[in-house]
Amino acid sequence: MAISEEDVRKIAKLARLDLSEDEVRLYGGQLLKIIESMAELESLDASSVPPTASVLGLANVLREDEPRPFDDGDALLANAPEREGPYYKVPKVLE
Amino acid sequence: MERVGPAAGMTTKTDYEMVVGLEVHCQLATRTKLFCACGTDGFGETANTRVCPVCTGQPGTLPVLNKRAVELAFQAALALDCRLAEESVFARKNYFYPDLPKAYQISQYERPFSTDGGLDVALKDGRVKRVRIHRVHLEEDAGKLLHEIGSKRLDYSLVDFNRGGAPLIEIVSEPDLRSSEEAYAYLTALKEVLQHAGCSRCDMEKGEMRCDANVSLRARGRGELGTRAELKNLNSFKGVKDALEYEFRRQAALLDSGRRVVQETRLWDAQRQETRSMRSKEEAHDYRYFPDPDLAPLRAAPEWVAALKASLPELPAAKRQRFQSQHALSAYDASVLASDRELAEYFERALSGLPGGAKTLANLVINELLGKLNAEKMTAGRCPVPAESLGELARLVQAGTLSSKGAKDVLARMWESGKPAAVLVAELGVSQVSDDAQLRDWIEQALRAQPQAAADLKSGKERAIGSLVGVVMKLSKGKANPARVNVLIKEAVSR
Repeated sequence: MAISEEDVRKIAKLARLDLSEDEVRLYGGQLLKIIESMAELESLDASSVPPTASVLGLANVLREDEPRPFDDGDALLANAPEREGPYYKVPKVLE
Repeated sequence: MERVGPAAGMTTKTDYEMVVGLEVHCQLATRTKLFCACGTDGFGETANTRVCPVCTGQPGTLPVLNKRAVELAFQAALALDCRLAEESVFARKNYFYPDLPKAYQISQYERPFSTDGGLDVALKDGRVKRVRIHRVHLEEDAGKLLHEIGSKRLDYSLVDFNRGGAPLIEIVSEPDLRSSEEAYAYLTALKEVLQHAGCSRCDMEKGEMRCDANVSLRARGRGELGTRAELKNLNSFKGVKDALEYEFRRQAALLDSGRRVVQETRLWDAQRQETRSMRSKEEAHDYRYFPDPDLAPLRAAPEWVAALKASLPELPAAKRQRFQSQHALSAYDASVLASDRELAEYFERALSGLPGGAKTLANLVINELLGKLNAEKMTAGRCPVPAESLGELARLVQAGTLSSKGAKDVLARMWESGKPAAVLVAELGVSQVSDDAQLRDWIEQALRAQPQAAADLKSGKERAIGSLVGVVMKLSKGKANPARVNVLIKEAVSR
């Protein structure tokens, strides 16, 4: 098992992280340790265990289609770094 | 920006065939969003007035699935002949974009709730083509980005989350479509089915139905598929058609000149009528899907599915068939009336109490009423003329009291005043005279006034009847029932 610096840079980019060269090496090492720990699980025989997306044993947790307006939308907007009127304001993202 | 694309009507070196698959997003007709209790009625309302901590992605919030959304999604899949998965799973699709506050969209990936369906699509040439549906899955909508206010371009972007988290189904077809016309017909049929089933209003102007297209070319008759482009930003059925035709020309020109089609996402620019490469998206295509641990799996219990199936209304294809067999309508009349659920219901309401009047009523609805509704951008459900009143109008036409021209005038007044047909017929003085005694009196006068025509008709010159009918219409100030006048003139000369 190995994780290249290129892998680390790609993961960082996908996570919108700007890493220095030192950090790439630092996190690369840490990621490798995590992956190695997970790899230990592979030594277990799980052939009789069906793959599952959830361990809670729940299904169909549903709510009725009844509107319940949230009455403090302004508090949500107040969390935004920038706003303009009722809008969230973000850097230009035009294609 | 790439600018390939000869004018329409180009000839290509090779006879290419277009291969198209469509991905259609439809908003389910719920009152609330997919994972929170915010209303879905935020279109055109003040921005960010249908938002809460869940749909704006505040830390520590949890999604709870909307039961009605699931039911409508299941019904849509059933109406599209899909197989429902016993269990399906929600997944996170990870990417950064300002319209996506959690930095992931809750969708379904490896285990969608339904697969393997199909839709029968009526083509222009009368053939019916079965378009296979690969899968239908549930997902939440993103917010809406604004880049301009009015005509003023902004040097920043604004975000409105009113539709963020709205419930969508994505319907993915197999690459079974072979022309822009087929794509158009498929979308039309899909919209009809989903509207009829009550699953989605499919109002494109409100973004309730959106479409992406995968398109590639291959030499006609070849089996394997060519490299495809994914087209986005197709905001209308016509946009889909135009973009596919443009893309056909672009790809044909590339292939003809020995170049290759690059697999990429391209944006349709309706103003410039061209597609252009959307390079910025390519990096982001690593979505790292994984099952969403915040949501339990969804199980389609057989009893639940059976009940949902039983409560599906009659679908357009079945309705067309029934209109032809039960009301003896032509295939054309039946398809027009069955294309829209409200219109079909209006028609059948108007028809009750009008035995044998289906054809007369269909003519009134299709030739007169529909034009008015379309002109006012109004659905049949909001028609100012009650169905019962239109039925009464049709009855008067059927009884010969009113000509079809008279009916048109009366309908125009009914539209404005809402008064009953019989009252307007009297007010407008447009009732037809079908009284034989009165008609015979006018006919006698006509025969005396036009002895030559009378003699010609008697000797078998059928066309001579025209001038006699003309005289009768003049004498009656246009009120004589022309069909009856024809019959009575023939009777008179053959005596």
